[in-house]
Amino acid sequence: MASAPHVVIIGGGSTGAGIARDLSMRGLDVTLLEQGNLTHGTTGRMHGLLHSGGRYAVSDQKSAAECIEENRVLRRIASHCVEMTGGLFVKRPEDSEEYFEEKLRGCEACGIPAEVVSGSEARAMEPHLAEDIDKAISVPDGAVDPFRLVVANAASASEHGARIETHSTVTDLLVDGDEVVGVEVDHASGAGRHVHGVEGGTEEIRADYVVNATGAWAGRIGEMAGVDVEVRPSKGVMTIMNTRQVDTVINRCRPKGDADIVVPHETTAILGTTDEEVEDPEDYPEEEWEVDLVIDTLSELVPMLADARTIRSFWGVRPLYEPPDVGSTDPTDITRDYFLLDHEERDDLRGMTSIVGGKFTTYRMMGEEISDHVCDQFGVDADCRTAEVPLPGSEDFSVLRDYMDEFGLRSPVGRRSVERLGSRADEVLKTTDPNPVVCTCEGVTRAEVQDAIEGSGSNLNAVRIRTRASMGNCQGGFCCHRLASELHGEYDEATTRAAWNELLEERWKGQRHALWGEQLSQAMLNYALHATTQNRDHDPAERDGPPVDFGAFDDGATPTDDPPTRDAVADGGRDGD
Amino acid sequence: MAIESEVLVVGGGLAGLTATLAAARAGADARLLSYKQSTLRNASGLVDILGYTPEGDGPLVDPYDAIADLPDEHPYRTVGVPTVREAMALFDDAVPWYRGGHTDRNALLPTHGGSVKPTARYPEGASAGLASDDRDVLLVGFESLVDFDAPQAAAHLRAAGVPFDARGVTIRFPGDLRADATVTRYAKLLDTDGEVTVRGQARPVRDALAERVNTQLHGEERVGFPAVLGDDDAPGIRAALGDRLGAEVFEVPMGPPSLPGLRLEDRLFAALDAAGASIETGNPVVDYDGDGRVERVYVERNGARIPNAADQYVLATGGLVGKGVESDREGVSEPVFGCHVPHPDDRYDWFETDAFGDHPFARFGVSTDDDLRPTRADGGTEFDNLRAAGSVLGGYDFAAEKSGSGVSIATGYAAGRAAAEEVR
Repeated sequence: MASAPHVVIIGGGSTGAGIARDLSMRGLDVTLLEQGNLTHGTTGRMHGLLHSGGRYAVSDQKSAAECIEENRVLRRIASHCVEMTGGLFVKRPEDSEEYFEEKLRGCEACGIPAEVVSGSEARAMEPHLAEDIDKAISVPDGAVDPFRLVVANAASASEHGARIETHSTVTDLLVDGDEVVGVEVDHASGAGRHVHGVEGGTEEIRADYVVNATGAWAGRIGEMAGVDVEVRPSKGVMTIMNTRQVDTVINRCRPKGDADIVVPHETTAILGTTDEEVEDPEDYPEEEWEVDLVIDTLSELVPMLADARTIRSFWGVRPLYEPPDVGSTDPTDITRDYFLLDHEERDDLRGMTSIVGGKFTTYRMMGEEISDHVCDQFGVDADCRTAEVPLPGSEDFSVLRDYMDEFGLRSPVGRRSVERLGSRADEVLKTTDPNPVVCTCEGVTRAEVQDAIEGSGSNLNAVRIRTRASMGNCQGGFCCHRLASELHGEYDEATTRAAWNELLEERWKGQRHALWGEQLSQAMLNYALHATTQNRDHDPAERDGPPVDFGAFDDGATPTDDPPTRDAVADGGRDGD
Repeated sequence: MAIESEVLVVGGGLAGLTATLAAARAGADARLLSYKQSTLRNASGLVDILGYTPEGDGPLVDPYDAIADLPDEHPYRTVGVPTVREAMALFDDAVPWYRGGHTDRNALLPTHGGSVKPTARYPEGASAGLASDDRDVLLVGFESLVDFDAPQAAAHLRAAGVPFDARGVTIRFPGDLRADATVTRYAKLLDTDGEVTVRGQARPVRDALAERVNTQLHGEERVGFPAVLGDDDAPGIRAALGDRLGAEVFEVPMGPPSLPGLRLEDRLFAALDAAGASIETGNPVVDYDGDGRVERVYVERNGARIPNAADQYVLATGGLVGKGVESDREGVSEPVFGCHVPHPDDRYDWFETDAFGDHPFARFGVSTDDDLRPTRADGGTEFDNLRAAGSVLGGYDFAAEKSGSGVSIATGYAAGRAAAEEVR
């Protein structure tokens, strides 16, 4: 063994990134492997709720108490990722009074600050709530940006010496006798930052310990070492509105059910969700009825949602787990708690633990528990510091105020940039070069895009999740080509074009579920801009057949037997071009 | 009393403008009602007829040749090739600074992403950029103008196999324009040849710009800029820069807001004025009277409903982008006259999985009889005296085919002329 144990963490979601930060801060040697971009799996596909714990205050009080504890921690260590919107549990006339009371008592029992507000008080806070809302319970729910949070965790791990590899798929576990001793990895484009068109390769990484933090994919990793991890993946839809109909998290106060939450997130509101068990976390139907259900049901709370514009929908897969002897048939009955599966205790396989289940809000706590467990394996005695030390970007949030009018940006753009970057604003935005806005909808400037490219390579989807560029109303219609241009220079034209095409396809994917009304018009406009003017659908540089015969087309010369319209022009005046 | 005219055109995009012009030139008393900003500001200013077949074959050298093989429901099949040619002649006459009319062949023009697109007509200002011209090209981008990256565009042109050497450079635009200056800000400064300060010295902007480009020019005979070279005095700006550079200067068409598109719109409005048509802009048509025949339409102005009556009507309100075709989760409709818009019942059948798949929504629009009159679901005519033109028509995907301008001009011309004939 080298001076510090080497731990390989599989999975670059919130849990994996949280563990990587924790262990590297405790002095261990860490490698994090993620098959896609950071947050590629479930983390990047959540509704953005920072739980107060109120949702679980009746059904699962242990989880509820953990949520409120971590809610407070994240406000402290990740202030640049969190917006404290507050939340309401809203009761409609047909919802149970008894449950409302239970919810209130549950919050009190779990230490969640909760207060009853009348229907008219609730409508004063949120004017678009339905007229017939009886009353509500106010709780400290918030909104959190999962991308920013995971990137900050990975950045912190990296600062503490961790190796972070994205687009690196674990293809096998190396097992020696009864012990996992490493992993075999397939790098999509070589080690380091992802670059389109760069030859990949396989790598064997030896490890003293392996942590399987792959969520819904945990069973697949388990299989590689012949152990069963019975994850029960369950899909849920999230539908994104083009504006914030509410500025507070709105929950329906009833026992359980689909379509019971609206989370205000950045410039949007996210409606969720459904809960349907699926076989394969990568291949499941994304269905029309799910989108209709969340819109129609949530319109009972916020009537204007019925006719409001949605910009896209996406689905996430919950990595639910329950011990095999429980046997729930309905996925909504499966606990949201997390489980640490030590394969030595469980399967006589040394050197690996899986962590399954759990929630985004408690990612840090899960990371702490499994880090303790890993340290125990090696007799390492080091305290967890992740609850105290702020994440990069959140070190000194007072800087926000000072930066408001700096950097030569129009102030709303400057404000949004600084909110996204937090205390990193200074290092990112202080440039002597012109800093034009690249994504107008979200107010993302060139300096931010360049910073993201430096962090994530030629992958524009990674740039997108770091900056929010192309995530606004136009869904990339006006900025995909600009983002591609920002890559060019550092990367060659072919690499740039591959990344550009990939971004266009990704942006299209979620919009397909929002194609009616304003967003269908937007989609047609985007299609027209990209196909008509930019000819992205028939790019001569990407032809399958023979090259274009440029000589066959008009070269401007006027054939002598044609009437020379050229000479007919003598205007040059006011109307002249 | 209603405002009366013989031919009333609803919609002020390329189709509506052409329809009004055709009707007015045919001697009718024509009136145009235009509500919103025209979608021409979104268009590159290139006027295409047909660049690819619906099956994706192309770029087509001769757009007229391919029309006979289009599906029956395609608007070009409805009006026929001779009408398309007559319509283009009207366009060439109305907008004399457009080029390409000397030949039936399509031109390939570089656009701001660095690809080339087939088009039948192009502004004079873009003509030195033809991709079939073999003279070498220097593309010049401006540091703060994020819509055009000249080195990337040049590299993309090389990848497309153009028959000349293309090189791109990025320079800082002279003077102290803010980082987020609009294209019209650049155009205005160049129009007026305003003074800018370069290294402490005040100089006319055209001189200062040419000087910056000159240091980068290595013998290229053509120099392309993003399409910001003036609004009022574009020819003068190109000539001034060309003189100082010793090269032909051209503009690379870009996305919205597109100066070439806006210039085209201005010119067409001026042509309507000259032809004696009346024009009302800024107010929507909200309702109509009539059964089987449109009696009058109502324009909403400052909250009042003003009746406008005519003998013949042209519907040219645009497609999904221009909101001449609307949709909700349940279906697709034409909002002004409630004309039937064929579409699949299930909205998940409106699109394909790939971003550039063969999207049914791109073909949404009214279907018509041989005289461009919208038809009902049962095939009967919606109104005896209503014709449709441009993107409100269904049955073609203008984005994939590169046929939007040509269909608007051809059907606008056909509808305007037919309407005028009825009142003669």
